[in-house]
Amino acid sequence: MKIVFLLCACISIIAVIAICLFIFLNGVPAIGEIGIFEFIFGTHWKPAANEYGIFPMIVGSIYVTAGAIAIGVPIGLLTAIFLAKYCPKKIYKLIKPLINLLASVPSIIYGFFCLVVIVPVMQSITHTSGKGILTTSILLGVMILPTIINTAESSIRAVPDMYYEGALALGATKERSIIKTVIPAAKSGIMSGIILAVGRAIGETMAVVMVAGNQAVIPNSITSGVRTLTSNIVMEMGYASGLHREALIGTAVVLFVFILIINVCFSLVVRKKEK
Amino acid sequence: MSKFKTYLKHPFSLILLALIILCAFITVASVIFIICYILINGIPNLSLDLFSPKYNSENVSMLPAIINTVSVTLLTLIIAVPVGIFSAIYLVEYAKRGSKIVKVMRVTTETLAGIPSIVFGLFGFLAFVLALGWGYSMIAGVLTLVLMVLPTIIRTTEEALLAVPDTYREGSFGLGAGKLRTIFKIILPSAIPGILSGVILAIGRIVGESAALIFTAGTVAETATSLMSSSRTLSVHLYCLLTEGLYTKQAYATAVVLLLLVLIINGISNFVARKLAKA
Repeated sequence: MKIVFLLCACISIIAVIAICLFIFLNGVPAIGEIGIFEFIFGTHWKPAANEYGIFPMIVGSIYVTAGAIAIGVPIGLLTAIFLAKYCPKKIYKLIKPLINLLASVPSIIYGFFCLVVIVPVMQSITHTSGKGILTTSILLGVMILPTIINTAESSIRAVPDMYYEGALALGATKERSIIKTVIPAAKSGIMSGIILAVGRAIGETMAVVMVAGNQAVIPNSITSGVRTLTSNIVMEMGYASGLHREALIGTAVVLFVFILIINVCFSLVVRKKEK
Repeated sequence: MSKFKTYLKHPFSLILLALIILCAFITVASVIFIICYILINGIPNLSLDLFSPKYNSENVSMLPAIINTVSVTLLTLIIAVPVGIFSAIYLVEYAKRGSKIVKVMRVTTETLAGIPSIVFGLFGFLAFVLALGWGYSMIAGVLTLVLMVLPTIIRTTEEALLAVPDTYREGSFGLGAGKLRTIFKIILPSAIPGILSGVILAIGRIVGESAALIFTAGTVAETATSLMSSSRTLSVHLYCLLTEGLYTKQAYATAVVLLLLVLIINGISNFVARKLAKA
């Protein structure tokens, strides 16, 4: 029976290796054929004309992720402070399940909601199509909230009360004590939450593809449409063939490398915290 | 009143306090708004026709998609739950703590958990649909989802097993039970609530998943008759309705059903978690 347990344990190891192999073996030759420089820094994505430059998508992914962080982190962090330091127990019992609910709403529902609510509002404010960096950032900002709130809250709670009480005793106000003593002490936990959130934002697909606009050009303003790495894959995979399909898998390779970097950063931060 | 005066002396603190309350309010308001908006706009669009057993372009019935969702979820769990639990048993009960395989497993489950669902979908497409030649099929989707939910199940089971006190193990060994018997008769039963919460989390992920399924299980809107037939789940159904752009009302109705499903699953998991906290 021990062997059976061991074999099962090996499945997830094999899975990771298989995923890496399949994605890299199918994607890397195409990147080689297109030319790594042309592929990553090429600004034209025109499969019909055999031009495969994914630079606009890389920029798009980075923009919307940065936007999501800019919106999600302050709101999430302050909400976590509220939950950990201000919230009365009765209200906490109501709010906490709601925030967990936010984490379990399927991304397709987020996309749908954003499409029918936020996009029309953006349309009337900016007089554009309403789909673009700003809309996507708001959407992703809300989607990463539970990740940030939960990690930030637990790391704020893990800070010994003495720090906070010491600051209070020195005459600092409650808010000042939190910002100057508790948050710096909880920094690495909060950081790991933010890294997780970056991973989630950059990998999000179905919600983004509905509201990003999906033009494969480098955006020139905050309201112009973007295409992310993920939406590039999901939009064209269905009908692509030959080099076009391989270029899409190459897009996944780039996305995968991003994710691996994020994972490494995450484990570095966590390990540092444990020390 | 004195509190108010201190705040007047420290405008920074006052502003911060206002921001903290504002942000908490924004968070809570956005949850309530999203859920209520979908429910209020969707429920009037629910009609009996949408639950007829046949899908066609005049009546985009979601019943086949619901049946497919249930079968995909069950099939995925049938494979993922034993594999996940067995992996966790190996890690907790057999492997030496801090040994190489434990470290490798920790890294791989972490990596697996961080991979975006579209990459899983692409892998499923390359491996199951193309390389194994299964075409768009339910089994390809199921296997892809198994890999996706494995880390969740392994991690929660691991935690649940670690939470079982060592005295249980020692007591069982002391009474002369073997290792295997101890695991199945003593340790697993007391770890069940924790394992269950992981399984429920996994169900939620399976039901909500769309990116990993589009290129593996495909988008055929009929009830799957075999493991090899292409079938769309409810989430994929919603995506298809939205991209076709002709069926806004039906999309609202589908979103409501999907959201209700998720709310119910979430409610059950809260219930289990509360039971767990009491036990």
